[in-house]
Amino acid sequence: MSEIIIFAEIDGDGLHSTAGELISAGKKLAADTGNVVSAALIGGNQDLASQLISLGADKVYLANDDAIQKGVADAYLAALHKICINAEPTVVITSKTPIGRAVGPRLAYRLGSGIAQDCMDVSVDGDSGRVTATRPVYGGNAMAKFTFADKDPQVVIMRLKAFEALEPDSSRSGEVIEFELSLDDSDIKSKLVETVKEESEGVRLEDASVIVGMGRGLGGPAPFSQLEELAKIFNGAVGASRAVCDAGWLDHSYQIGLTGKTVTPDVYITVGISGASQHMAGCSSSKNIVAINKDGDANIFKEASFGVVGDWEKVLPAFTETARELLES
Amino acid sequence: MSLNIIVCAKQVMDPETPLSAFHVDEAAKRVLPAQGIPPVVNGFCENAVEAALKIKEAAGDATITIISLGNNFVMDVMKKPLSMGADQMILIQDPAAENLDALGTATVLSKAIEKIGTVDIVICGQQASDWDNAHVPLGISEMLGMACLSEARSIDLGDGTVTVASSRSDGYDVFEAPLPCLITVSNEIGEPRYPTLRGIMQASRKSPETWTLNDLDLSESDVSPVLTLSELFIPASNRQCEIIEGEDDADSGRLLALKLREEKII
Repeated sequence: MSEIIIFAEIDGDGLHSTAGELISAGKKLAADTGNVVSAALIGGNQDLASQLISLGADKVYLANDDAIQKGVADAYLAALHKICINAEPTVVITSKTPIGRAVGPRLAYRLGSGIAQDCMDVSVDGDSGRVTATRPVYGGNAMAKFTFADKDPQVVIMRLKAFEALEPDSSRSGEVIEFELSLDDSDIKSKLVETVKEESEGVRLEDASVIVGMGRGLGGPAPFSQLEELAKIFNGAVGASRAVCDAGWLDHSYQIGLTGKTVTPDVYITVGISGASQHMAGCSSSKNIVAINKDGDANIFKEASFGVVGDWEKVLPAFTETARELLES
Repeated sequence: MSLNIIVCAKQVMDPETPLSAFHVDEAAKRVLPAQGIPPVVNGFCENAVEAALKIKEAAGDATITIISLGNNFVMDVMKKPLSMGADQMILIQDPAAENLDALGTATVLSKAIEKIGTVDIVICGQQASDWDNAHVPLGISEMLGMACLSEARSIDLGDGTVTVASSRSDGYDVFEAPLPCLITVSNEIGEPRYPTLRGIMQASRKSPETWTLNDLDLSESDVSPVLTLSELFIPASNRQCEIIEGEDDADSGRLLALKLREEKII
């Protein structure tokens, strides 16, 4: 039976949160094609393999090799390539993580296959039986559907949180295959020299369930502390538009958008952000967008579900105060 | 020894084009050029040119060659990397470029790099703001069998090696790879410099070399697509914004918080 292989990444000692999401994406395609969903677990162990099965994988390729160095795409790529040569999957799915978005494309090119990046959804085309991938293009101004020609594997890179992981169920069964890699030195050209942690206070932008966005409309860097105060109430983080970072009000690590970070919070509260498409490209998957802006015609109100048209200097303190009272009560 | 640096640069629709001027021909499955708004060199590609210029300044002796694949090049736009300080430019202009997918594009660009000859470093922007693929450069590295380091925020050249830092969510990783190496850069590599008057004058005297697929011994069958665009549309916003209005701005702020609580959003 043909296979769909998902690349299950590891985060610390556990599975990366995307592993379950990719299994769900794979299962959606498998339902229409009758394929099995296999997970490639590279540099993992039996316990993680069992977790993948409880998340819905039918099969796990457990592949280890001394040459695998955490964070180095080359080794994961070589390993996944070997697994694909052996298993001949029809579809390979990786996640748009730093490793997933380096490994997926290079695998496709190495195999002469097609690739669809940053996909929000995948389905099977009824006529051709091939995968159709839906993804934003032109910075999210347009959506495109791409259909794969008949070259396998069809390589798909999923946007984070595009699918929801299943609840783990230990009664699910599956097969664990220990896969012999025997990687060659020539497979790995680059090496990781150093990992540097940059301490940032509070929650990381990518992990925050509430983000407060700082826009050019705030007029300068000083209001940052007020936004931070609001973010802290929700244990959230502050992000910013490109204009704010380009002006030097905040460091580029705060930047959300096409040339910055892609975030998917439950709530994105924008203050003085106009909602240029460049910016929306990085936050359009937020569950709820809330806008505070003095320009009622600003594009952000087309994207937001709730908003206030008004002067942020008056709106924000009252909003923050009320939010604090509500959350403390 | 002189260093050969290639930078791939793409002409794209200006990503700052207002939404009101952004139109899609759904039947033809293409984005219509915005009236009166000239194209630009893709932002990350300008970052790549900047990175190449910094390497050249550090190394002393280097040649920077810009290559670009496309159609309908606007020369004033495409000469910007030259006016920033790049040495030469090759434009691969072919009607077939319209129909290439990413695999085809990477095939053409890697053939062009092979034709140029010995190359030490290929630098590309991490993605183009039109199709947002973010993988054609990775394909070039595979086709040329080069080491590949992506999303660099800094590049340091060693003796036959290159060291690159790439941002991670909680800091950065530092990688080392042997030359030749392909590197994609993020915006964190640094703002592209403004062309000087002298640079603009020098660029005006340079004429880019023009190649076609034929010059690269490629026929259309070598670049037949493996991925087909089946639909292109402007997504309908399904969000209806409820505007909260109080007695004054402060009251609106207060009511907004109450509303979000009521809707269980906060």
